[in-house]
Amino acid sequence: MSRKLHARRIEAIDKNIWVEFTQLAADYKAVNLGQGFPDFSPPSFVQEAFCKALNGGFSMHQYTRAFGHPNLVKILAKFFSRIVGREIDPMEDILVSVGAYQALFCTFQALIDEGDEVIIVEPFFDCYQPMVMMAGGTICLLYLRLKCCGPVLSSADWVLSPEELASKFSPRTKAIVINTPNNPLGKVYQREELQMIADLCIKHDVICISDEVYEWLTYDGTKHVKIASLPGMWERTVTIGSAGKTFSATGWKVGWAMGSGHILKHLKTVHQNSVYHCATAAQEAVAVGFQREYDVFGTEESYFHQLPIHLHEKRLRLADCLKSVGLKPILPQGGYFMIADISNLNVDLTDPSTKDEPYDYRFVKWLIKEKGLATIPVSAFYSPEHRNEFQKYIRFCFVKEDTTLQAAEDILRQWSDSK
Amino acid sequence: TELFNRDKMASIKHKNAKRIEGLDKNVWVAFTSVAADPSIVNLGQGYPDIPPPSYVKEGLAQAAMVDRLNQYTRGFGHPTLVKALSKVYGKVYDRQLDPFKEILITVGGYGSLFSTMQALVEEGDEVIIIEPFFDCYVPMVKMAGGKPVLIPLRLVGYVSSADWVLDQKELASKFNSKTKAIIINTPNNPIGKIFSRSELQAIADLCIKHDTLCFSDEVYEWLVYKGHEHVKIATLPGMWDRTITIGSAGKTFSVTGWKLGWSIGPDHLIKHLQTVMQNSLYTCPTPLQEAVGQGLLREFELMGKPDCYFTSLALELEGKRDRMAAMLRQTGMTPVVPEGGYFMIVDVTALNQDLSHMGDDEPYDYKFVKWMIKEKVFCFVILGINNKTKHSKMHRIFEKYIRLCFIKQESTLDAAEAILKSWNKG
Repeated sequence: MSRKLHARRIEAIDKNIWVEFTQLAADYKAVNLGQGFPDFSPPSFVQEAFCKALNGGFSMHQYTRAFGHPNLVKILAKFFSRIVGREIDPMEDILVSVGAYQALFCTFQALIDEGDEVIIVEPFFDCYQPMVMMAGGTICLLYLRLKCCGPVLSSADWVLSPEELASKFSPRTKAIVINTPNNPLGKVYQREELQMIADLCIKHDVICISDEVYEWLTYDGTKHVKIASLPGMWERTVTIGSAGKTFSATGWKVGWAMGSGHILKHLKTVHQNSVYHCATAAQEAVAVGFQREYDVFGTEESYFHQLPIHLHEKRLRLADCLKSVGLKPILPQGGYFMIADISNLNVDLTDPSTKDEPYDYRFVKWLIKEKGLATIPVSAFYSPEHRNEFQKYIRFCFVKEDTTLQAAEDILRQWSDSK
Repeated sequence: TELFNRDKMASIKHKNAKRIEGLDKNVWVAFTSVAADPSIVNLGQGYPDIPPPSYVKEGLAQAAMVDRLNQYTRGFGHPTLVKALSKVYGKVYDRQLDPFKEILITVGGYGSLFSTMQALVEEGDEVIIIEPFFDCYVPMVKMAGGKPVLIPLRLVGYVSSADWVLDQKELASKFNSKTKAIIINTPNNPIGKIFSRSELQAIADLCIKHDTLCFSDEVYEWLVYKGHEHVKIATLPGMWDRTITIGSAGKTFSVTGWKLGWSIGPDHLIKHLQTVMQNSLYTCPTPLQEAVGQGLLREFELMGKPDCYFTSLALELEGKRDRMAAMLRQTGMTPVVPEGGYFMIVDVTALNQDLSHMGDDEPYDYKFVKWMIKEKVFCFVILGINNKTKHSKMHRIFEKYIRLCFIKQESTLDAAEAILKSWNKG
């Protein structure tokens, strides 16, 4: 065909780090601390719920309600009403999506037009930028910056400058995206930080898109705060959640967007004109999972209580190992990931195929190919314009079986010993 | 002034993006509660109330037990599934299909349509759509900024779906330099028409002449009744390079609630759909893809044999089709016997149903559907209310038809029959 075929909306968003790095990890059969998924199973009560669902009569295998399976939206409304402190309407205020990813997509497609500005905080989960671009929006970036350099680095040390934040809001600002707990840093925004953002949202009448997929994973007593629960914020916030991260079942791809019906209705319009329905049986299983967690919430039995305790130890263990081999980890307050400063290592990266790439990309590829350990370069979580300024960190996922973490440790120690 | 500006901003800021303006109405949303009412015989929405094959359910149960299969898989399609599709369709297309470059897994056939439109249609593009059509085509073209150009199928007889045909001159007149693509759906929803090889050739000739793309929605491809053949337009000369063909696991294995589908085409087109996929939902559920892949591998071994599900389902449905046609004839109505698919449309004029009490402002078919619901049978219209244009003559004809879904258990068909029989007595 002689004519240009593709639509302009997909120009410049065709590259994707995950496609490249997951392929590389697979090709080299690397110990995978790269992509963010658990290598252990979902909790048994949720697996059982799934099996029960798929044996539960013909309706479990046919279309359910397009905006979300009734059992699921009802329990999500009940569960989160208790947390947010307001009556959430299951039919009006919730949209179930194919993972949190699709909830983000619906949000940007529904609310962002050409000329709209969207504030994004770097480092960010990489899909925000291309999604805003695909919706025709303009990105306004600001950084989380390291405020001090003590002996133990924590994600809490990365903060927003109030002046810089305020300066990003303009009459064209349509939305700000926040992600707490943050991927890749693991920062958990404190109430005061969220209040600062909220004040600006209210002042400038801006929508807040709050990606909270790791909401149950906070460590060291850190509390996750929902910006939608701050005064004046419910009516302007879309909160995004994930069953995949909640129940360690990323492959089920069940997520949701929650917020005031007058905004959610627009997400529903996108949803009904793009995928229309989500898979029924998985939604039923997630609903059963949430009902169980509702009943045991706050007790020792709760998975939301047990999983962070379980991961707390893995996080410390990985941090100790990284320190012992000369990497400088940033201890995350929440989430699945830990980043580490690699600038102390003096590795000879002579692979000509990666010559023009940022240092961390080259290091990660070297680590996969030469040592069989997969991680992700943190500059991938910065905009292309700023990538070159942040080349010295790599990201590890610690939500892995102890055997996987042990294997990673062995590789690192062997390498360190051989130096 | 600042106060005034803030109020102005408040109303602007929370407004929807232009791309979805006017696309919020959905004909189904109005009828969802009806569909859920157990006292109503549901022949309206297009999903089976017969169970899926047991090995497909078992495949899912097995997949769910494997740790790795509960986590993310390859974004563009789980390897087991894309490889199985490349095997099955390699045989059907009689060509080598690259599972990684020429196949994309999506959330249902619906998701494939969306990825296709978002990837390949934009402002300034015209897309030809044949009426009556599955209702999402027009809003999806509009959301992508394109302009739908409609052409109706016209009646040349009253017996079967083959009697609904395109006027060739009219079809040719719809193509111009702005035409980006034509959407075809074969077997067609709602009529059940299967476009013949010569009909597809006429469309192909125009696509080639005007250098346009073809989006071929073939979700009902296996549901083909005796004496008819499903032809893939992508297999006609010159068409592979310009066609995206859409398929559905939901329709193939009677599992609409699994929401898995696929787009098959040349890599220079599929790569654009993949870009949309990686920026919209990234990956589809893993255990479901594994189970569909396993199911397809099983069917591949049985292809052409009577116990292949593709064959056995079509045979089972043909019986239901014939039963439904007979039921409708008994009431005096004239069903249009479909060559394929699981819908049947029927002209209700003969019933002479007085619907004046149902209000003035709605089209006849909507009033008829609502009347039928009162009679405890849910059927559907053949053309969505938002999709009407100024083809008033054809639309007045379309309004006399309703659509019934016959992929239903015998007990459901029994219940429908009892209600229809009771009309004869009245």
